[in-house]
Amino acid sequence: MHLKGENVSFGYKRNNLILKDVNISLGSGEVLGLIGDSGSGKSTLCKILAGYENKYQGKVTLDEKEIPPKGYNPVQLVFQHPEKAVNPKWRMNDILNEGHFVSQDILEAFGIKNNWLNRWPNELSGGELQRFALARALSPKTRFLIADEITTMVDSITQAQIWNIVLDIVEELNIGVLVVSHDRNLINRLCNDTVYLKDINNT
Amino acid sequence: MSTAVVTVNRGLFRGLNLRQKTLLIIGSTSLLLLGIVVSSVFLGGEPLQTNFGSKNLAPSLEHPFGTDWMGRDMFVRTLEGLGLSILVGGLASTISTVLTVILGLLSSAGKTADSFVSWLVDLFLSIPHLLLIILISIGLGGGATGVIIAVALTHWPSLTRVVRAEIKQLKTQEYIHISRNLGKSKWWIASKHILPHLVPQILLGTILMFPHAILHEASVTFLGFGLSPHEPAIGIILSESMRYLSAGYWWLAFFPGLSLLIVVLAFDMIGENLGKLMNPKNAHE
Repeated sequence: MHLKGENVSFGYKRNNLILKDVNISLGSGEVLGLIGDSGSGKSTLCKILAGYENKYQGKVTLDEKEIPPKGYNPVQLVFQHPEKAVNPKWRMNDILNEGHFVSQDILEAFGIKNNWLNRWPNELSGGELQRFALARALSPKTRFLIADEITTMVDSITQAQIWNIVLDIVEELNIGVLVVSHDRNLINRLCNDTVYLKDINNT
Repeated sequence: MSTAVVTVNRGLFRGLNLRQKTLLIIGSTSLLLLGIVVSSVFLGGEPLQTNFGSKNLAPSLEHPFGTDWMGRDMFVRTLEGLGLSILVGGLASTISTVLTVILGLLSSAGKTADSFVSWLVDLFLSIPHLLLIILISIGLGGGATGVIIAVALTHWPSLTRVVRAEIKQLKTQEYIHISRNLGKSKWWIASKHILPHLVPQILLGTILMFPHAILHEASVTFLGFGLSPHEPAIGIILSESMRYLSAGYWWLAFFPGLSLLIVVLAFDMIGENLGKLMNPKNAHE
């Protein structure tokens, strides 16, 4: 299976494009790194690939077919700030199982303790919340995971822990991952291949 | 959270935690307001006795609020007036809330609908409140129906603005986008994600609308555009008592006015404390 972005262009103003004719391709089971400076359009590209932003030009396809706007999206995006990705009025249990019923194995792998499930989001730390966000996104129906700076806000030990788990699960489910970061060392460690946004962006 | 812990055990109710204290305040104030309504309904059955033998008496144990120029007990009159005011206020603010919810939902339906709603809100907010109430009330022929409809039709704009802004802000949240990406329908997102944020706002808005509605009802009646003079409304009691103030009968205005103030503050207290309870940020304090 292939996730492809072809000739993707995007700009908030007509004459000021952030992304121009970007081509990117990601295969199942592949772990691809994307490196770019702050403000270079990394997050925008992620949003376009995951269907969060639809005012762009070009094509995003999954196996040559457009991704349907309704129903479960096989391309899941996980954000940098997990505290924004959870509804503050929901308990963690509901948040975790919003997309699919997360198995006990995955909870254990992520180190999510059962007594956290009864809490409100404001009673957990950012690192803990990010584990929930990842567990929620990694359903059996997910084919591609776009990780937009998902471990930027945690310390290096937690970073290593989280990535170890994610890579294990991804391998098992044969999910393709786009790792977005500006941390070169992290990307070199995790990815089979690396892409620099400035090389594929024609602005 | 340490600052919160410190404030918990200070002040009036030592030994209770914040949650118990809040519940206690809500319970006792609601009881007070309910008592007023219930007793006014029971008293309403028998007409007020005019007794010219005991007219214009100063407050005493027998007549705690004194008597008026026809010898009627002011305590009973005030109670009945407050009961009527609370009923009118309650009805008016409920109707206002229904209007708010309808318009709030309408504003999220599309761009044209949204600009129509905000135009309507701006229009209503730009006309002086009391003037609008008087106009509508007169237009509908005055009386209780006129006042209720007039108050109901003029109190929705500010709450509608809050609800509209809240929906707008919620729709841009990441967890709403994520929910859509997880395959949830529009209706599912509206009821599960957005509604829980709106319920406290709307409930609080309604309760805090109460005192406004009561005060507007009283002031319209005071000015002579509201309820008819034979009804024991607070506004009527106050406007009648104005004529006797210069004669030194201060209790005719003082006690009804003070009671009105207490009722308004009681509603305000219920609203604020409910707000504290419903916020999950301090659910465990």
